[in-house]
Amino acid sequence: MVTANGDKKDGVQVLSRKDFVSDQEVRWCPGCGDYSILAQTQKVMPELGIPRENIVFISGIGCSSRLPYYMDTYGMHSIHGRAPTIASGLKASRPELSVWVVTGDGDALSIGGNHLLHVLRRNIDLQIILHNNQIYGLTKGQYSPTSELGKRTKSSPVGTIDAPLHPLTVALGAEATFVARTVDVDPHHMVGVLERAYQHHGSAFCEVYQNCNIYNDGAFADFTAKEVRADRMLFLEHGKPMIFGKERNKGIRINGLQPEVVEIGVDGITEADLLVHDETRPDPTIAFMLSRMSYPDFPVPIGVIRAVQRPTYDDLMTAQIEHAVAVEGEGDLRTLFTEGDTWVVE
Amino acid sequence: MTTLTKESQGPEHPELLELDRVTIRFAGDSGDGMQLAGTQFTKTSAVVGNDISTFPDIPAEIRAPQGSLPGVSGFQVSFASTEIYTPGDAPDVLVAMNPAALKTNLADLPRGGILVVNEDEFTETNLRKATYASNPLEDGSLRSYRTFRVPISTLNARALEDSGLTAVQVDRCKNMFALGLMFWLYSRPLDTTVHWITEKFGKNPGVAAANIKTLKAGYAFGETTEMFATHYHVPKAKQKPGLYRNITGNEATALGFVTASKLAGRQLFYGSYPITPASDVLHELARFKNFGVKTFQAEDEIAAVGAAIGASFGGSLGLTGTSGPGLALKSEAIGLAVMLELPLVVMDVQRAGPSTGMPTKTEQGDLLQCMFGRNGESPVAVVAPATSSDCFNMAIEAWRIAIKYRTPVVFLSDGYLGMGSEPWLVPDYDSLPKIPVVFASDPATYKPYARDPETLAPPWAIPGTPDLEHRVGGLEKADITGNVSYDPANHDKMVHLRAEKVARIAQDIPELVVDGDERGGLLVLGWGSTYGVIMTAVQRARAQGKRVSMAHLRYLNPFPRNLGEVLTRYDKVLIPEINLGQLRLLVRGTFLVDAVGFNKVAGRPFTIRDIEERIGELA
Repeated sequence: MVTANGDKKDGVQVLSRKDFVSDQEVRWCPGCGDYSILAQTQKVMPELGIPRENIVFISGIGCSSRLPYYMDTYGMHSIHGRAPTIASGLKASRPELSVWVVTGDGDALSIGGNHLLHVLRRNIDLQIILHNNQIYGLTKGQYSPTSELGKRTKSSPVGTIDAPLHPLTVALGAEATFVARTVDVDPHHMVGVLERAYQHHGSAFCEVYQNCNIYNDGAFADFTAKEVRADRMLFLEHGKPMIFGKERNKGIRINGLQPEVVEIGVDGITEADLLVHDETRPDPTIAFMLSRMSYPDFPVPIGVIRAVQRPTYDDLMTAQIEHAVAVEGEGDLRTLFTEGDTWVVE
Repeated sequence: MTTLTKESQGPEHPELLELDRVTIRFAGDSGDGMQLAGTQFTKTSAVVGNDISTFPDIPAEIRAPQGSLPGVSGFQVSFASTEIYTPGDAPDVLVAMNPAALKTNLADLPRGGILVVNEDEFTETNLRKATYASNPLEDGSLRSYRTFRVPISTLNARALEDSGLTAVQVDRCKNMFALGLMFWLYSRPLDTTVHWITEKFGKNPGVAAANIKTLKAGYAFGETTEMFATHYHVPKAKQKPGLYRNITGNEATALGFVTASKLAGRQLFYGSYPITPASDVLHELARFKNFGVKTFQAEDEIAAVGAAIGASFGGSLGLTGTSGPGLALKSEAIGLAVMLELPLVVMDVQRAGPSTGMPTKTEQGDLLQCMFGRNGESPVAVVAPATSSDCFNMAIEAWRIAIKYRTPVVFLSDGYLGMGSEPWLVPDYDSLPKIPVVFASDPATYKPYARDPETLAPPWAIPGTPDLEHRVGGLEKADITGNVSYDPANHDKMVHLRAEKVARIAQDIPELVVDGDERGGLLVLGWGSTYGVIMTAVQRARAQGKRVSMAHLRYLNPFPRNLGEVLTRYDKVLIPEINLGQLRLLVRGTFLVDAVGFNKVAGRPFTIRDIEERIGELA
């Protein structure tokens, strides 16, 4: 176990990335996108200003779910799909802790799909980082609930016949208050999204496109590769028009109920015609639309898609308890024991 | 039922007979308010000093079609001038509010028993719904009972003519008329119920007045009509002195859990998904917010136990509760708690299975599920309350063990204990022993899976403790460090350590006490809710001179340390269970004792006679 080695400033320990690296050997396949996610997570932690002992990483089962072993924080590698339940109980009982759920596409959307819906609708104040590689890696290459239709894998030799889920669409449908996407190959962007997720008060859902170089290599390369990224991804910025392209000359416009890609300067189109990104919009319709935009018809949106405020479950729970104590007083068992009709036997 | 004294009240008054025990069953449509009439009768009987025991019989359907057989709801209360341990085998009195209630309950009423029927409801339509070919009130089929035909609906309506309530509202009051009549028949005062009605309908004085009026009308009907030649008195029981209240097993369980939380000085966190017959515990605990109790109604049974494990990881008392089908869903997560070695209490209020089974009916079918229903070698402690009020003690005990040994503990109750009620001698809170909780705090010595030499429990290091950051998980862990390990020798060691830790709880629980002879003859060994019937049956058999003793297990894993030795002292061992012999399998397998069983799985408690007959075959 590595102990904090930073300086003390005003009695507060200043931590560095190294303080979050555990003594466990990292055992993902060389070249796996999970390395990048781990590195950015370790990098962002000291920036958040939380005492290390108050941070807890909870995961389910799968390649991604090994991550807590490598973080020198409190952590639990639990059972398949159930990390949100454990995290919910921990956060509801200890609201002062910073709780992070690490999960994958199979863990969060197949076996644990139900829990994902409910943690989001409750808006428990925690972060959910979903490593989406569109494949089952740990069990060696079966299709996942986000695999594209028709995908050939070990368990679908002639192609899958079940339609994939879109994680962000699911999250929005579950009333998520914070929905974001980032990619493993853009560390700088990922750090920004992780910071925003932490700052959000409520459930923060982040999908990370993560390359599985063994079983699904290049799944996202068509649009995440450095040379095409600017043309094929839409970097969302709050309050800014949705512009993309190497030349910054393409944008997204609403046409009726549909988005469309337009070129600035063509047919008299100006920046003013483009959709302006508003992550705080109470109505989720545009966020829903963004969550469905995919390459090659559209650039793939990344960044914070939605960030709205709604009371959190843990705050409401605390408030109910404080209210009960204020109104009824601190509970006394002597009174509770004798509630209702009692009688004395002489 | 024995007549003790005879007291003449003069020729114009019905005579008053003294009885030592009476059992009444109220039965009617599920909308007829029978549970309410039954609980009110119980409260009053308790307040006048009888020992009491109750058993509600609730249909699974919330509102089955009115007047239909599945829609019948019943409530049995037994009250006595002596100590009693069961709600009675068979009712002495059956109050049947409609033909369906008569049809489904009459078989339990002994010949010569008192039958009170609401004759207004014996219409052609209702008779058809109850599948009667002819009217039992007319066709002579009730001749062997003391049948009283009372036009309860009409009398109730007449009493409330000027109440200003609608016809539907008036009809809803008729359970109070029936209750008033029973109060007269058994010489009970009305004031407890009058007080309750006033409180309950405080916001609606019209409804309160109507209920009180018809309650009194029912009482007066008994007093003035010449229909009843006799009424009865059941004197006070001799009970241990002290302050009492009536309590159901589920209420006692909830109180026990919140008490454990106070004794341990730790927050109670209850994760649960509604399921019959365990939901009452969720309802109770949800009221205890000013005790800092947090209740989490989860999206499913798995989330409920997951949340409890999360709470325990954080240093709270993580509790989950369910019935059999829910326990099946929680299995994997309980295995995780075994592997993590976190304190966790899992309440199972058993019901008739398998699968959905009969949700409102009782059974003892989950013992082996608790013991073995997980993958791998996955030992948990199991405790089982013997009576409704014992649920309080064993709920505290479950937490004491869970915390001290850092292990999941199953609290194994059942529908009969949970829904049934009995008087509870209110404990002195200040005399209850505290439950010590020790958290790890010293980074210099902390090792996640180093063990206490006596209990083998690893330390409990909770998030928020500086420099004790560590990772736990469901993967096998190396001894001491807790790092992931696939080492064969380590796995073998850890499997043995986890088993040994649970086995060592035996050093920390009371020895089994035998009631009866020290040795020889028949030993009746029971567990859980069968305590009352076994106790009564054994007492009766001993009164007849039979060599029968009894012992009752409240700790099922590990067993009390003297159980093996106790079993060798008797010629025969009988294990009655409401399952096909689950404890018997454990006892035979563990001690090589040729125990025999009594196993009737009818969704209802044993009767005393069931056990007496089986004893008769063996002793």
